[in-house]
Amino acid sequence: MQLVAREGIFMKNIRNFCIIAHIDHGKSTLADRLLDATGSVTDREKQAQLLDNMDLERERGITIKSHAIQMDYVYNGEKYTLNLIDTPGHVDFSYEVSRSIAACEGALLIVDAAQSIQAQTISNLYLALENDLEIIPVLNKVDLPSANVEEVTDDIVDLLGCKAEEVIPASAKTGLGIDEILSAIIERIPPPKGNPDESLQALIFDSVYNPFRGVETYFRVLNGEIRKGQHIKFMATGKSYFADEVGTLKLKQQPKDVVKTGDVGYLITGIKEAKEVKVGDTITDSKNPTVNMIEGFEDVKPMVFAGIYPVDTEDYEELRNSMEKLQLNDASLVFIPESSAALGFGFRCGFLGMLHLEIIQERLEREFDMTVITTVPNVSYHAYTNKEPDTPILVNNPSDLPDPSKLNRVEEPYIKATIITKSDFVGSVMSLCIEKRGEITNQTYLTTERVELTFDMPLAEIVFDFYDRLKTVSKGYASFDYSPIGMRQSHLVKVDVLLNGNIVDALSALLHRDNAYDIGKKICEKLRQLIPRQQFDIPIQAAIGAKIIARETVKALRKDVTAKCYGGDISRKRKLLEKQKKGKKRMRQVGNVEIPQEAFMAVLKLND
Amino acid sequence: MSGIYIHIPFCKQACHYCDFHFSTSLKKKEELVNALCTELVLRKNELDGNVETIYFGGGTPSLLSSEELQQIFETIYSNFKVSENPEITLEANPDDLSKEQIHKFTNSQINRLSIGIQSFFEEDLKLMNRAHKASEALESIKEAKQYFENISIDLIYGIPGMSHERWKKNLEIALNLDVPHLSCYALTVEPKTALKKFIEKGIVPPVDEEAAKQHYEILLSETEKAGLENYEFSNFGKPGFHSRNNTAYWEGKPYLGIGPSAHSYDGKFRSWNIANNTKYIKSIEAGELPSEKELLSKQDKYNEYIMTGLRTKKGVFLGKVESEFGKKYSEYLLKQAENLLKNNLLILENETLKISKKGKFLSDGIAADLFLVNLD
Ligand SMILES: Nc1nc2c(ncn2[C@@H]2O[C@H](COP(=O)(O)OP(=O)(O)OP(=O)(O)O)[C@@H](O)[C@H]2O)c(=O)[nH]1
Ligand code: SF4
Ligand SMILES: [Mg+2]
Repeated sequence: MQLVAREGIFMKNIRNFCIIAHIDHGKSTLADRLLDATGSVTDREKQAQLLDNMDLERERGITIKSHAIQMDYVYNGEKYTLNLIDTPGHVDFSYEVSRSIAACEGALLIVDAAQSIQAQTISNLYLALENDLEIIPVLNKVDLPSANVEEVTDDIVDLLGCKAEEVIPASAKTGLGIDEILSAIIERIPPPKGNPDESLQALIFDSVYNPFRGVETYFRVLNGEIRKGQHIKFMATGKSYFADEVGTLKLKQQPKDVVKTGDVGYLITGIKEAKEVKVGDTITDSKNPTVNMIEGFEDVKPMVFAGIYPVDTEDYEELRNSMEKLQLNDASLVFIPESSAALGFGFRCGFLGMLHLEIIQERLEREFDMTVITTVPNVSYHAYTNKEPDTPILVNNPSDLPDPSKLNRVEEPYIKATIITKSDFVGSVMSLCIEKRGEITNQTYLTTERVELTFDMPLAEIVFDFYDRLKTVSKGYASFDYSPIGMRQSHLVKVDVLLNGNIVDALSALLHRDNAYDIGKKICEKLRQLIPRQQFDIPIQAAIGAKIIARETVKALRKDVTAKCYGGDISRKRKLLEKQKKGKKRMRQVGNVEIPQEAFMAVLKLND
Repeated sequence: MSGIYIHIPFCKQACHYCDFHFSTSLKKKEELVNALCTELVLRKNELDGNVETIYFGGGTPSLLSSEELQQIFETIYSNFKVSENPEITLEANPDDLSKEQIHKFTNSQINRLSIGIQSFFEEDLKLMNRAHKASEALESIKEAKQYFENISIDLIYGIPGMSHERWKKNLEIALNLDVPHLSCYALTVEPKTALKKFIEKGIVPPVDEEAAKQHYEILLSETEKAGLENYEFSNFGKPGFHSRNNTAYWEGKPYLGIGPSAHSYDGKFRSWNIANNTKYIKSIEAGELPSEKELLSKQDKYNEYIMTGLRTKKGVFLGKVESEFGKKYSEYLLKQAENLLKNNLLILENETLKISKKGKFLSDGIAADLFLVNLD
């Protein structure tokens, strides 16, 4: 996306930049050092990866959300405002990176000196280059004994076509190179350009729902300025509000009277309805609107679809509310209502990958207190019927697949997979990709040690346990990136699961014909382990159409009673049974079978 | 109406399946009995109304000497109001009920014996590491019957390797001896017991739940034939011989639990003493109760009523649920019961929910289904 800053002047004391890199190369830790060096945090506030402030981020040690923060810095006697955006490195969150990039003029491209250039180093670099960002290459982790300073510097020079002196050696751990980075930010990144006298034009690049204050939007002012109390308008939604509060994003929000051209800030208008705010929208003045609405962000294309249902069917509306609020903070989440015979009303949701799916589910539970059931994920297929062999029917849900008798053909999405690994692991990475129906299209030695492999592969194959297996076969020395390359014809079948003789639609899966028997059998086995024994036998069957391809039985409980129940046993036993009841309450009753939540995702964990 | 439970935390040897609190060293017995008496005095104001039942449990209360028994009784009688005809039970092991020893009990206020027979067969007793022999099992009952009318015996079924025939034989012997009360327990493999370890190591075969279930069915039919009523899941008694002490637990009556690991309930709070003899003695000697307690919420009490009610022949009376907990609870209960009634696991008659014969061996899960819980 291109930001058109029309004729304007440079805001010479502002710099807007983001930090981009492959996962774990040290972006958030480097951000810590920049915050230290600019005195933006007090000693008491300091902690490792300070900007990773979601519990989930801290627990998993990865960044999930981009995080903007403003620093003040005096350089050569002049005061500068530096707006930094730390971005995630995981491939599932590249949409976060692209939105951050839209608010910046420059990027620090971090490369781990021990790992060198990896798949997302390249993909995130391209995102930045497409937006004409000034790239400052930083060679991080030079303190590591395994750091390979000269070689990796050469790799970076090759990739960027820059000079070796432009690569800044640094350690986010020891603080080495931080001053050089700060001066490069000021010297090399162009200041934002804009016209302060024009009417307000600001881009909403992120937002979040705050239960006390309503929706908070984060914006970058391109032209004009935004004042507290100003009557403003969101151009895409057409709604007008008063700017109750504006300010800049320090560690805590800092209310200001005005946020000026080129700067980054936040806005609170008291909006409680998540639907009223759209990331990518333009904020302008309501009386004197700009004629230039910003193009906004391209809609993201979800890669994986799954149903999300409330455990308690009565919570459907609340789930919708929660998802709308979550969407504010994660514009890549898409959902439409759907219903299932087994699970009632819920939503078919699109995700950027399996980690994204997992994170959404966790955030719903933690931030919105919603316990949900997630169904078997699938990719989006095209089905063609004999009657209309040229009109694709979109299949985002196994139940959308037309009856086999009417089916002409099915196409599935393919991706180009780029894998960078060590030469030692080429063989095992190749066998994995071939097992996953991949076809090798290229093999390039980046150095004598490092190889880039490209494959055409069905997207569906990487959804299921690809990352983990790749990690295992390469002992962790493989990075992976992918991009869609269109649809190809495929042999797809719908495998249904029957519990107690009834099809449970939420357990159906679309599978490649060659895998169907094997996976059908594993699904039945897995379900037998996951479904607790109940007061009667529960037959489990997998079927393609009317044909049963696998079966298992969950044996009825024979004995479920404690022998003794006297004085002290009573509370102990009550607590035990209460726990049991809680577990049951979290399960979903289909017919008279109680199914635990994990069972609906069983297909993903067949190899555990 | 209230009861006193006294825990005697000593055993001669550890049975392989047991996870009760006890010590096999008798060194501290005297000190402990003193502490029990001190605790009784410290807590003399905790019970309202007459003491209807006194129960010596363990551990092995039959290890108490007559002097020790007398000391405890004196303390009880001088600090509490004991009713005219209390039920006073002592748990006794067969090896402590020889002709010579039984006198010490006949000379006390004890009027009911609960004898830990478990099995009349040597193989079972060995497997469980009981301290007595099969012959002692039989003799002890015969001996006890000469002095006590009110006798209960404990039997265990579902023991690995126990055939249906052997179980039937056990029952036959017990019923032929014409004891008026039986407590029969399915062998349960508790965590951290020797039995659990042996099963894991393959030294003892695992418990066969199917066999246990069939043993229970045999138990139900044999006791019925003999005129013993199954008034609680594991308890069977002739009319007039149901345990008053245990019934009080199931009816939520207050009781005072004295001794290490003993639980008490005063209608509001449930409390429990520390399960450690040395710490218990030390604390009591310092005049402090070594206990923790918790307040039972309405929901807790409802759940307990469901749990205990379903185990007993009285069942769960909807009228009581409504009057004691409110309409919200009784409606919830009926809604939860729907499926179970449909599947014949529960029966609804005279406004009372009861476990069906089919449901009996599954009653924990059934009770849990009727529980009210909040997800946290
Ligand atoms: N030795 C050393 N370790 C570093 C350095 N920088 C970061 N690390 C460590 O590398 C790991 C990853 O650091 P992060 O800052 O979380 O990496 P990130 O790039 O933000 O990761 P994502 O946001 O998940 O993509 C952490 O264990 C850091 O402590 C460095 O300069 N030297
Ligand atoms: S005698 Fe009773 S309390 Fe003692 S170990 Fe055996 S079963 Fe447990
Ligand atoms: Mg990070």
